[in-house]
Amino acid sequence: MEILTAIKRVPETGAKVSLTDDKRDIDTTSLGFTFSPHEECAVEESVQLVEEHGGNVTVLTLGPEDATEQLRSSIAMGADDGILLDGGDEEWGPVGTASAIAEAVEGSDTGYDLLLFGNESADAANHQVGVRVAEQLGLPCVTGIKDLEVADGTATAKREIPGGSEVYEIDLPAVITVKEGLNEPRYPSMRAKMQARKASVDQQSPEPRAEGLELVELEVPETDDSPAEILGESSEAAEDVVDVLEELEVV
Amino acid sequence: MVLTIVEHDDGELDDVSLQALALARDVAEQTGESLDAVAFGPGADAVAEAAGAHGVETLHTVEDDALADYAPEAYGRAVVQCAEELGTEAVIAPGTDRGAETLSHAAAKLDEPMAAEVTDVEVGEAYELTRQRWGGTLIEHSKLTADTNLLTVAANEVSPSETGGDAAAVEPFAPDVDDGDLRVQLTDIEQSDVEGVPLGEARVVVSGGRGTDGDFSELEALVERVPNAALGSSRAAVNEGWRPHDDQIGQTGAKIAPEIYIPAGISGAVQHMVGCKGAENILAINTDPEAAIIQKADYAVIADLHEVAPAIAEELEARGHAE
Ligand SMILES: Cc1cc2nc3c(=O)[nH]c(=O)nc-3n(C[C@H](O)[C@H](O)[C@H](O)COP(=O)(O)OP(=O)(O)OC[C@H]3O[C@@H](n4cnc5c(N)ncnc54)[C@H](O)[C@@H]3O)c2cc1C
Ligand SMILES: Cc1cc2nc3c(=O)[nH]c(=O)nc-3n(C[C@H](O)[C@H](O)[C@H](O)COP(=O)(O)OP(=O)(O)OC[C@H]3O[C@@H](n4cnc5c(N)ncnc54)[C@H](O)[C@@H]3O)c2cc1C
Repeated sequence: MEILTAIKRVPETGAKVSLTDDKRDIDTTSLGFTFSPHEECAVEESVQLVEEHGGNVTVLTLGPEDATEQLRSSIAMGADDGILLDGGDEEWGPVGTASAIAEAVEGSDTGYDLLLFGNESADAANHQVGVRVAEQLGLPCVTGIKDLEVADGTATAKREIPGGSEVYEIDLPAVITVKEGLNEPRYPSMRAKMQARKASVDQQSPEPRAEGLELVELEVPETDDSPAEILGESSEAAEDVVDVLEELEVV
Repeated sequence: MVLTIVEHDDGELDDVSLQALALARDVAEQTGESLDAVAFGPGADAVAEAAGAHGVETLHTVEDDALADYAPEAYGRAVVQCAEELGTEAVIAPGTDRGAETLSHAAAKLDEPMAAEVTDVEVGEAYELTRQRWGGTLIEHSKLTADTNLLTVAANEVSPSETGGDAAAVEPFAPDVDDGDLRVQLTDIEQSDVEGVPLGEARVVVSGGRGTDGDFSELEALVERVPNAALGSSRAAVNEGWRPHDDQIGQTGAKIAPEIYIPAGISGAVQHMVGCKGAENILAINTDPEAAIIQKADYAVIADLHEVAPAIAEELEARGHAE
């Protein structure tokens, strides 16, 4: 099985988010980078599928050159190859991103059986890159999957709904977008991380496309940061806690 | 005309669709256009009354047998054909799995941009949007320029608003879909046997994070003492393998709206906090007075959760609050 998994480099924000002066980006000077939990599950799933069925996992990202760091993290988790679509300094949106990914697939010698995406990216979250890639390549697609099985060229994919799940059967090759909870992503060993540093990453330079969705600026929403009422500093605070619960009439 | 995709359960409109209608009506009023809706599947025409009460003039119903079961690409195709036939200014979908999926297919087929998780629209020369990033941790202001403006409405951010209008006029719409569009179609629905109170419906949620060090027994015991309570967790606890992902609260987990949320041993990362935005009150238990969760909580106990949680359970018992 040949699998392509698409991931997006995003900053790893903690308890507070601050913006750059022009308000167009998160200030990342003191932040590390990661990729979405959804995409982490996509990488894990592709590695597990190849362990079961044989084949190769290729991870792909569109982003700055530094995004090779996220490709290498995926290779440390068991992916075989990485492709960096070097975005340069251009503005990329969902339309350009999807068409760059679709063109990379069309231009590749590998016939992919399965293309895995996150249901939505961690940051911009426009919920559409996977579907657009599927439409451009003429492949069937299903989104938001939390349970996946592949046998005899068919994928059985489940999507959670309140009280149960929807079941879809989809012939490969196909595009599937997934959510966290699909599996438990592994922690790569130190040795795998060292080896991933040496793995070669294929680099390509796609052409951006005009985007109809254009960022103006970002804003940090107001939150109520008034200090909490401290009920106590030992287990004796339990009395006050129960007072609060009684007042709210929840016990 | 502004076209809204609405979802329903055998004729009953779903909440996020009502929210989408409220935003769509705002767009329709700003552009001086009428508001129409499209509904799929058996019972779609039963939506006419509720849709009319939320400002819809005409309801287009797709009751084609082939489309009785949800099929993302075919629904996307039908939306495209309906929009083209009617000459729509905008197509607005609820920010649900199906809403986003159907509209993404339509966007790709129309070769138009699409914006997801929108909370507000000002119509000027372009559509000036307010939308959510990072699950609501950040707000994005952006401009959408398109021949047909496509957007999904973020769930639970816009209040539904009734106009008290008469039932919408029902016009059946027969899309022209082929086998290719039906390659993916809902084949089955499985029920899961959920035990206890679902996280999303609980009045009290107690949750544990990395600070539990893997021992959730005291938090479990506390939950058992309180009616309508459920146990949750942070992503760190899930990653450690201490809790299943179903328990995770946050951006990539469950969204909760209890009367009171009690995070214990959780630091208060933004991706966790967007999951409990709906909580009326937050009572944090944490050993670190500097933890961000203390700023974000209404009440706090600065102590070891392994001591505080059993003490709360005992106090509940002493006061006769037995579950
Ligand atoms: C130089 C440069 C600058 C950029 N600046 C910005 C910026 O300021 N703000 C911003 O939000 N984005 C920026 N991007 C990223 C790009 O614009 C987004 O990836 C694009 O908008 C996709 O939309 P989305 O994140 O809403 O995707 P969604 O549709 O929500 O993503 C769904 C899934 O598609 C896949 N996917 C999405 N994006 C990528 C990607 N880039 N590479 C591989 N897979 C992907 C992932 O699997 C993801 O889970 C930049 C990219 C480059 C190269
Ligand atoms: C794209 C993205 C999506 C994410 N989605 C989610 C999500 O959906 N949900 C989520 O939770 N996280 C999510 N995260 C992760 C998030 O950023 C944090 O890493 C995570 O929430 C931290 O979990 P924690 O608070 O349990 O752990 P920590 O940050 O390690 O905090 C542990 C806390 O426990 C306290 N403590 C220690 N011992 C005790 C004790 N004995 N008694 C009381 N207190 C004690 C410490 O003081 C500390 O405050 C996401 C991250 C990214 C990048």
